[in-house]
Amino acid sequence: MPGLLSVLIFFPALGALALLLLRSDDHLWIRRLTITISVAEFLFSLLLIPRVAMGASGYSLVENFAWINDPPIRYHLGVDGISLFLVILTTFLTPISVLASWKSIEHRVKEFFVMLLLLEVGVIGVFLSLDLFLFFLFWEVMLIPMAFLIGIWGHERRIYAAIKFVLYTMAGSILMLVGIIWLYNVTGSFDLPVIQQALATRPELLGATAEIIRRNELLLFLSFFFAFAVKVPLFPLHTWLPDAHVEAPTAGSVMLAGVLLKMGTYGMMRFCLPLFPNASRRCAGWIAVLAIIGIIYGALVSLVQPNLKKLVAYSSVSHLGFVVLGIFALHNISMQGAVYQMLAHGISTGALFLLVGMLYDRRHTFEITQFGGLATPMPQLASFFLFIALASAGLPMLNGFVGEFLILLGTYHVHASWASWAATGVILSACYLLWAYQRVFFGEVTIEKNKTLPDVSAREKWILVTMAVVTLWMGIGSSFFTRRTAASVQNVLEQMGSQSAQEAVTPKAAKPAVTIGALAPTSLERSGTR
Amino acid sequence: MIPRPEDLIRVLPETIWCIFGVLLMLMQPFTRSRAALNFTALLGTILGTSATIYAYTSVGAGSAFSGLIQLDAFAIFFHLLVGVVAILVVLAAGPYLEREGLETAEFYALVLFATAGMGVLASAQELLTAFIGLEMSSISSYVLAGYRRESLKAGESAMKYFLLGSFATAFFLYGIAFVYGVTGTTNLLKMGHADTGSTLLKLGFALILIGLGFKVAAAPFQIWTPDVYEGAPTPVTALFSAGPKAAAFALLLRIFAMVPAATHFWFWAFCVLAALTMFVGNLGALVQTNVKRLLAYSSIAHAGYILVAFAAVTSLAEGNPAGAAPAYAAVLFYLLSYALVKLGAFTIVSQLGGAGEKHLSLDDYAGLGRRQPVVAAVLSLFLLSLLGLPVTAGFFGKFYVFKAAVNSHLIWLAVLMAINSVIGAYYYFRLIVVMYMREPNVQTGPAPVVVGFPLPVNVVLAVTAVGTVYFGLFPNQVLSFVLQTNLLGH
Repeated sequence: MPGLLSVLIFFPALGALALLLLRSDDHLWIRRLTITISVAEFLFSLLLIPRVAMGASGYSLVENFAWINDPPIRYHLGVDGISLFLVILTTFLTPISVLASWKSIEHRVKEFFVMLLLLEVGVIGVFLSLDLFLFFLFWEVMLIPMAFLIGIWGHERRIYAAIKFVLYTMAGSILMLVGIIWLYNVTGSFDLPVIQQALATRPELLGATAEIIRRNELLLFLSFFFAFAVKVPLFPLHTWLPDAHVEAPTAGSVMLAGVLLKMGTYGMMRFCLPLFPNASRRCAGWIAVLAIIGIIYGALVSLVQPNLKKLVAYSSVSHLGFVVLGIFALHNISMQGAVYQMLAHGISTGALFLLVGMLYDRRHTFEITQFGGLATPMPQLASFFLFIALASAGLPMLNGFVGEFLILLGTYHVHASWASWAATGVILSACYLLWAYQRVFFGEVTIEKNKTLPDVSAREKWILVTMAVVTLWMGIGSSFFTRRTAASVQNVLEQMGSQSAQEAVTPKAAKPAVTIGALAPTSLERSGTR
Repeated sequence: MIPRPEDLIRVLPETIWCIFGVLLMLMQPFTRSRAALNFTALLGTILGTSATIYAYTSVGAGSAFSGLIQLDAFAIFFHLLVGVVAILVVLAAGPYLEREGLETAEFYALVLFATAGMGVLASAQELLTAFIGLEMSSISSYVLAGYRRESLKAGESAMKYFLLGSFATAFFLYGIAFVYGVTGTTNLLKMGHADTGSTLLKLGFALILIGLGFKVAAAPFQIWTPDVYEGAPTPVTALFSAGPKAAAFALLLRIFAMVPAATHFWFWAFCVLAALTMFVGNLGALVQTNVKRLLAYSSIAHAGYILVAFAAVTSLAEGNPAGAAPAYAAVLFYLLSYALVKLGAFTIVSQLGGAGEKHLSLDDYAGLGRRQPVVAAVLSLFLLSLLGLPVTAGFFGKFYVFKAAVNSHLIWLAVLMAINSVIGAYYYFRLIVVMYMREPNVQTGPAPVVVGFPLPVNVVLAVTAVGTVYFGLFPNQVLSFVLQTNLLGH
C-alpha cells in the first residue's frame, strides 16, 4: 500500500483541520470526532504490522521524494521493526488520552483536541523520518503542541513547566541542528542511509588524521546525544520532567511519558549508534554510569515523594535509565530489551498516569497524605492500580518484566557489575510502588470525603481494561513483538560492527551471542516457571 | 555625458518612487481626501516595485552612469525587498495615520524617498553614490521617527536617531575619504587591485564598517535602537526594522565581497560583531515588558544572526568568491524572512496598541488568545518564525545561516548562535505564553478589543503570514535566484 506512512503522519493533521470547522462550544461532537479520528488512525497503524516483513533488516514501505533541491532535502519515510511498535504505541495512546480527557477537559475543548492531534502528527513523523532534516523538523514541530498542552490545560505552575520544557528541549535540539548541518557538510546529504554509508566507507570525510576523525566523531555524537539525552531524560538532564509531568493534564502526561520520552531513546538507536559507532563505544561506559545513577536516583527520589504524580514521574527517570543502559550495553539481548522496555513503559506508566489522573479528578490533589484506605470506597480502581503497579515494578508475566529482564541479561554478558547495580533499581521500584500503593489504598479511610468517592465509571473502566489487557498480553505474548524487532536490532549492531573493524571491541558486544528470535521467549518461559 | 536610455531604465524604480513622493507633496494643499493620498502612495510603491522587474527583464543586468550604479540580480533582490516592504508599510500606515489623526501626504512622501534611498544603496557600486542613498533614506527616517509630534517619546526617538545617525554618517564619510586617499578611486570595482597591506585603507574600511554597523544596529553601535523603535510610530518601526536594515546589509555585502582588502583584514571583526550583537540583543530582550522594545531588541539579535552569515561570507570569499555563494544566499534569505515577519508583527502591534499607542505592555497581551484568536494565532506564527521553528521562513533563514557558518568552519560561532537561539526562545515563547496561558490583569482589566482590523491591515497580515509559511515550506525559488553564479554581476 503506497503512501501508507504519509497517511499515518498527516491523517491526524487533517482531522485537526476538520475539528477547527466545528463550533467551539459543541463539546460533544468535538470529542466524538476526535475519538473517531484517533481510533481510525490506530486502525491504520495496525495495517503496518503485516507489511513489515519479519526478519528483514531494512526499511519497509519506503517513500522517498525530493522536497527541496538545495540543500538536497528529501521527503524520506520508512518503517522498520524498531519504529513499527513505537508508531503503534503512539496511535494507541492517543485515543486513550482522548478518552481520559473526555470529562476532565472542560474549557477550550476544541483547542485541546487539536493540539493532541498535532502532537500525534509530530511524534509519528519523528518515528518515520529517514531524512535527518525531516526528522529535525518533526522533532521541533512536536514541541509546540506539547508546550501548549502543559501551559494551557495544566495545573498551578503550568507556565513555568511549559517554558522549562521548551527551553530544555530547544537547547538540546538546536545543537543537534548544528550537528546535522555538519554531517551534511561532510557528506553532502541529509539522507540517513546515504550518510551512514558515506561515514562507514569513507571515515576520512570527518578529518585528515585519525586523531581528528576521532575528535570530530565524538563532537558529532555528543551533539546528537545531548538532544536525545534531554528528551529521555538522562540524569542529570532530567529536571524538566517532574515539573512537566506534575503540571501537565492527564492526557499530556500519558503522551509525554508514553511516547515523547521514547523519541530520545529511539534517536539514540536510530542515529547515535549507527552513525557514530566508535564514539558510541568510547562513551558507552560513561553513559551507562549516568543511566545507572538515573535508575537508582530516580527510584530513591520516588521512594520519598509525597506527591503521587511526581512519584510516577521519577519512576520514569528510573525506567528510562534501564532503556539507555540496555542500548549502551551494546549487546543484542539488552538492546532488544531496551526496545521492549520502551513499549512496556509506555503502556504501564501511561496507565499509572491515567490512574493518578482519575484520583485527581475525584479529589483534586496528588498528595499521598490526602488519600489512604481508598480500596474501601473504590475496590475496582484499587485492583487496577495494583495490577499496573506490579507490571511497572517488573512482576513476571506482566510487561515490565520482559524488558527489564532482557536488559539485565544482556548487560550482564558485557559488564556484570553494571547489571548488578541496575538490578537494585528493580528492587527499589517494587519498594516505592508498593509502599505508595499501601499508603494510598490500604488502611483506614482517614479523611471524611474519601469515604464517598465513586468507583470507576464505565468510560474509565474501558480505558483501564484495555490497558490491563495490553499489559498482560505484552507480558505473556512477548514473542509477537520480539520476533519483529529482532532483525532491526541486529541490524543496528551489525552496522556498528562493520564500521568499527579497525577498532578493538569487546568481542561479546560486537557479535550477536544467540539467535535472538528464539531466545527471548525461551528465557521468559524459563523464568515464568520459577 | 548624456546618459544612455538603459541607464535611465536601470534607475527607473528610484525615479518612480521619487516622482510619486514629490507628487504626494504637491497634492497635499489640494486634497484632504485620505483615500486619494493612500491610493496615490500605494500606486507609487507598486509602480516602483514593478519597474524593478521591468528594468531587469527589458535591459537586464548591467551598470549605469559609468559604473556608479550596478543593477544586477543582487540589486534586484533588494529592490524587490524594500519595494514590497514599502507597499506593505503604506498599506498598514493608512488606517494608523487616520486613527492617530496625522497628516498623510508627507508621511507617504517620506516613506517613498526613504525607499528610493534604500534602492540606491542596494545598487550603488561607488561609495559616494552609496552615501547619497544612505542620506536619502536616513534623513527621511529621522523625520519619520518623530512623526507623532505630540508625543514626547517620538521627539526623543527622532532626536536620538538624528544625532547618533549623523555621527555614524560622518564615520562613513570619513572612511570613504581614507579609502579614496589610498586608492584614488571611490569605485568599488577599481578597488579590487588596491594594495591590501595599507594601514590607511584598513582604517578607512573600519570607519565604513562602523558607519554601517550603526545602520544595521550591530552591537556596540546598537544603543539607539530600542528607544528609536519604541518612540517612532509603529508602521515606521516596521519600516525601520525591515527596509533600511536590509539596504545597509546590501551595501556591506557589496563592499566586503568585492574589495579583498576589506574582506581579508576585517574578517575577524564580523565574528566579534556577530557574537556581541547576538548576546546584547537577546539578553536585552529578556527583561523587556514593552512589546515594541522587546521586538526592537529582537531586531538587534537578528542582526547578530545575519552577521554570523557575514562572517561566513568573508571567510569563504577569501580566495574563492564562488564558494561564498551559499553564505550570500543565507544573508539574503534571512533578510527576506526577517523582513516579512517583523513587518507583520509590528503591524499587529500598531493595531493592538489602540489610539495613542497606549497598550504596548506584555500585560495588555494577556488573554489575547481568547479575545482575538486569529490575531493571536498570526502573531504566534510570526514569533515562532523569529524563534526559528520549522514550517516557517525563519527556520530556513536560520538553517542557511547555520549551514554557512559550519561550511566556513566557524563552528564556535554556530554554537554561540545556537545558545542565543535558546535564549531567544525564552522571550518569544513568553509572549505566546502571555497571549494564551495568562488571564488579563484584574486591576487594569483587559486591553480593549480591537474588533475587525481595517481591510488594508488584513491584507498586510495575510501577505506576511502566507509568505512566512510559503517560504517555510518551499524556499527553493528564492534560493535558486540568490544562488545564481553571477549574483554580483560585473
